[in-house]
Amino acid sequence: MSLAKRIIPCLDVKDGRVVKGVKFVDIRDAGDPVEVARRYDREGADEITFLDITASSDNRDTIVHVVEKVAEQVFIPLTVGGGIRKIEDVRLLLNAGADKVAINTAAVFNPDFVKQASDRVGSQCIVVAIDAKKVSAEGESDRWEIFTHGGRKTTGLDAVEWAGKMAAFGAGEILLTSMDRDGTKSGFDLALTRAISDAVPVPVIASGGVGNLQHLVDGIIEGHAEAVLAASIFHFAEYTVQQAKEHMARCGIEVRL
Amino acid sequence: MTIAVVDYGMGNLRSVAKALEHVAEGQPVQVTSSADDIRNAARVVFPGQGAARDCMHELIQRDLQDVVLQAAREKPFLGICMGMQVLLDYSEENAGINCLGLYGGDVRFFGNDLRAANGTRLKVPHMGWNQVQQTVDHPLWQGIEDNSRFYFVHSYYMNPEDHSLVTGTTTHGINFVSAIGRNNVFAVQFHPEKSARDGLQLLKNFSRWNGK
Repeated sequence: MSLAKRIIPCLDVKDGRVVKGVKFVDIRDAGDPVEVARRYDREGADEITFLDITASSDNRDTIVHVVEKVAEQVFIPLTVGGGIRKIEDVRLLLNAGADKVAINTAAVFNPDFVKQASDRVGSQCIVVAIDAKKVSAEGESDRWEIFTHGGRKTTGLDAVEWAGKMAAFGAGEILLTSMDRDGTKSGFDLALTRAISDAVPVPVIASGGVGNLQHLVDGIIEGHAEAVLAASIFHFAEYTVQQAKEHMARCGIEVRL
Repeated sequence: MTIAVVDYGMGNLRSVAKALEHVAEGQPVQVTSSADDIRNAARVVFPGQGAARDCMHELIQRDLQDVVLQAAREKPFLGICMGMQVLLDYSEENAGINCLGLYGGDVRFFGNDLRAANGTRLKVPHMGWNQVQQTVDHPLWQGIEDNSRFYFVHSYYMNPEDHSLVTGTTTHGINFVSAIGRNNVFAVQFHPEKSARDGLQLLKNFSRWNGK
């Protein structure tokens, strides 16, 4: 009897539609967020994460309406990330039916925002999203840094130290994306995932690079993650969430079946 | 036959209301911060999410403490998450907060070095789907198998003085109280509104419960 490891399908949402960026460049349209969320719920997804990739521009309200519509029909936890900069953004999304919000860039530019937000709504609602990229050369000991702007700009911040700082500032969970692996389908960066999972007291969601079901298992067993996030393998129906869970269970991982 | 969902500015009230509307046939669901609405409702749901200090502050600010306590004494009443924790005397959160004190006991932090029986380090918050062992038969457990999984997200757990209150327990490093019940009150640490089929079943059971 213990806490199940979670499988979290992720939907990238742009202008109210689900899309999935491959290396943040190629984008394929794959439908209505409500329909996709319902399908994942039926398949046994443990949570659903929406990343609003329009958030930095105008259309701020679109994602709020998406969350409202999904929350009327899907009764599992919903996390929303993308463009969250103010406590009002946090409140608006939680009130719309989100259970957690993922703060990314705003945390880098204003770490105190994480403190304020978690103090106001509780750590359990605050996920800090970390986009990390390996910066150490071949033969050097591993080192990853935080990147912003879809992986284009480095910040010089050490990813493991940053994750620890964010947990200390009140992040209830870390959503860790390897920018080297995102969209490659070659599996999580397991060394990165393990380094951060072992360093922080809060749960870590591994993200970036899932191409098959064994990758999910590796993220939990070798990466020490509490949860695994994937988009395209579920999104294009290569595998169902149910199949993923059955595979994880066969590998000895406790899941909600 | 209205079900009032107490709105004191804390958390996912819309989700709670939508989940109730989904299962409570013919009963209007009203998200409200009006004392009169709460007094007039047939059933009261007291949700809550966020920090204990803010929950208590908002309740006091809206002058809802007494009406919530009154509802907990006289009609079917469902506390959820923080709405369960603040029913006790005191919470350790935010350096210590006095709570509603309907029941004796306190709310404690899981700690930063929580370990499973086999020594594996466990994460806090306790976040995700965990099993609830039903320690008593109760109308609200009807149609839900023992040890079903519900969605939890919390760093603090309740420690009631009177163990006869306990209706369900869960293990995360320690065995903690995940559901309580007495007379017309039932309260859960997990989020039924986010716990898929079994969570909806619990809410449906509540919508039909006469509080006995």
